[in-house]
Amino acid sequence: MLEIKGLRVKAEDKEILTGVDLRVDPGQVHAIMGPNGSGKSTLARVLSGHPDYEVIAGDVRYNGKDLLAMDPEDRAREGVFMAFQYPVEIPGINNAYFLKAALNALKKHRGEEELDAVEFMALIKDKAKLLEMDQSMMSRSVNEGFSGGEKKRNEIFHMAVLEPKLAILDETDSGLDIDALKIVSSGVNALRSPDRAMIVVTHYQRLLNYIVPDFVHVLSEGRIVRSGGKELAFELEEKGYTWLEQGAGAR
Amino acid sequence: MSTSTDTIEQLAQQEYKYGFETLIEADTLPPGLNEDVIRVISAKKNEPEWLLDFRLKAYKVWLTMSEPQWANLKFEPIDYQAVSYYSAPKKKPQLSSLDEVDPEIRATFDKLGIPLEEQKLLAGVAVDAVFDSVSVATTFSDKLASLGIIFCSFSEAVQKHPELVKKYLGTVVPHTDNFYAALNSAVFTDGSFAYIPKGVRCPMELSTYFRINAKNTGQFERTLIVAEEGSYVSYLEGCTAPMRDEHQLHAAVVELVALDDATIKYSTIQNWYPGDKNGKGGIYNFVTKRGICKGRNSKITWTQVETGSAITWKYPGCILQGDNSIGEFYSVATTNNKQQADTGTKMIHIGRNTRSTIVSKGISAGNGQNTYRGLVRIGKGAINARNHSQCDSLLIGDRCGAHTFPYLDIRNTSGKIEHEASTSKIGEDQIFYCRQRGISPEDAMNMIVSGFCKEVFRELPMEFAVEAQKLLSISLEGSVG
Repeated sequence: MLEIKGLRVKAEDKEILTGVDLRVDPGQVHAIMGPNGSGKSTLARVLSGHPDYEVIAGDVRYNGKDLLAMDPEDRAREGVFMAFQYPVEIPGINNAYFLKAALNALKKHRGEEELDAVEFMALIKDKAKLLEMDQSMMSRSVNEGFSGGEKKRNEIFHMAVLEPKLAILDETDSGLDIDALKIVSSGVNALRSPDRAMIVVTHYQRLLNYIVPDFVHVLSEGRIVRSGGKELAFELEEKGYTWLEQGAGAR
Repeated sequence: MSTSTDTIEQLAQQEYKYGFETLIEADTLPPGLNEDVIRVISAKKNEPEWLLDFRLKAYKVWLTMSEPQWANLKFEPIDYQAVSYYSAPKKKPQLSSLDEVDPEIRATFDKLGIPLEEQKLLAGVAVDAVFDSVSVATTFSDKLASLGIIFCSFSEAVQKHPELVKKYLGTVVPHTDNFYAALNSAVFTDGSFAYIPKGVRCPMELSTYFRINAKNTGQFERTLIVAEEGSYVSYLEGCTAPMRDEHQLHAAVVELVALDDATIKYSTIQNWYPGDKNGKGGIYNFVTKRGICKGRNSKITWTQVETGSAITWKYPGCILQGDNSIGEFYSVATTNNKQQADTGTKMIHIGRNTRSTIVSKGISAGNGQNTYRGLVRIGKGAINARNHSQCDSLLIGDRCGAHTFPYLDIRNTSGKIEHEASTSKIGEDQIFYCRQRGISPEDAMNMIVSGFCKEVFRELPMEFAVEAQKLLSISLEGSVG
């Protein structure tokens, strides 16, 4: 589904990703871990088309297409979704209205019938329950005045409604207390399916107790220095990132 | 991939959709202004002596005045002697139906999407179309006439209802009011007149479209609306002008009079040619609009959506003279590219228990400069007056500006005045968030902007709210990408 080869990326003249290779197939959950500044979030944002980054080398194929050549909205319409580390507030636009516009943009792209307000409200009812979203979070402006936990829940709620093929979760656990973490994780787990892939970017192993990955990759200084199964996360938790960085240096 | 600043710049180029010129033989006076020109205008319009006197008086006062300098606007001085003060379509037979209107003019209106067509008429919009300086067609007058409502061109009102015109002309905006109002009083050519008799609720939106067509012709409309005791009227004014390289002057005067228990809603959608992206051409819009709530429990609401003109200088105000009267001002003003707007309102509280509400939304993009300037005056006798003002500014990009100048002049202690203001920016991060959800940058900006403006849009008559939203997205098209 996703094949990243030799990806090098810079922002403001600083090279952040120095050569990333990664292959993700449908049904898989990949965790990307790494210390602060290792480039985890940059990878997530570059895949979603954030304009602040410049790709200087490498190739990213998404279902055979050149992902990097696509506009962010086209990536979204083709099924790429990113749950933001810092969800953005948009005053004046009601959350449900916003999501309906987004869903209909996707549907239009796929040549499907767009939903009217009544159909849409019926659709989101169950999904809202999944994330324990109350009615007020639908009618309030997008993320405006939401608590940190509410914002993250809202991101996963968007994901549940938009049903992406490739979901990228950028530090979705940061700023969540244990209760919110459980809600968000069960929401994510409910969305695991054989034809959907996920990339979970996180600093801490904690999240992976709830969202159990198939693969764990450790990013350091802009490239993947170690890949393994879910047990790699425990090893990291025990020994710390410095263990790997030293290992990487010796390689 | 581009950088943030680039993306915000990218889309800024939108051609003015309404730039075309109708080729009709025009009966145009040579440029220049003097007493003779005024006499010619008055004679061409077959005006009574008192109206010529009004014009000449205004002209003499105008000669002694100078342009106001306090506005936050920058432009080259205007040569008033280089302007032609009269232009009328030459062919002017008596028209009994719309089919007789010059096809060129009809085509122009069609291009503008003006609802002169039969089906649009059935939708219940009566249109008094001002083409350059003379009204071309007035519709639905008969139906209105059966209710005693007078809705016609200003010139026609002068001929048919001189006593009403004479009674109210210049009573709200005196000919001495300001430089532009004095100029208008001297040379105005046409406009609209509406009179709603006692106890009548006008059953449809009254609507006027103005066009400035002949080259170098300043258009000086004069509009007068009188709502008698217990009556109600909603009036919509829409404006579009063709594209020209040189600047064009527009100095209108609008006067509203609301008597006891009367309500006037006056809505404007202004999308005159704003000039090109380098600031070449565009309308200079210097307008004086004022209403008086003369009677008890009367109400005047101004709603404006200002997306056009190179320069907008406009402060629709309310004189709240009657006890318990209400004044409202809802405004969306956008400036893109090199546009400048200095606009706001004046709420003059005189009567007891008078209330006013001001909601101003300024949107700046490109190099646009947007100024809110508002006066709230609570007079000595205005016991228990209340005012609430809310001024919000939205910035798109990093080369535009928003400015707010609220003036409060409070002369008694019983009132309650509130002022709120905010400035926000459409951020690249907001646009990216929308795009990541599959929404195009244009749609994202439209959503954010209409969210910002919704308090004002909901004051517009339904069909025009849709139009306003479209216009807004056209005028801001290209400011985010």
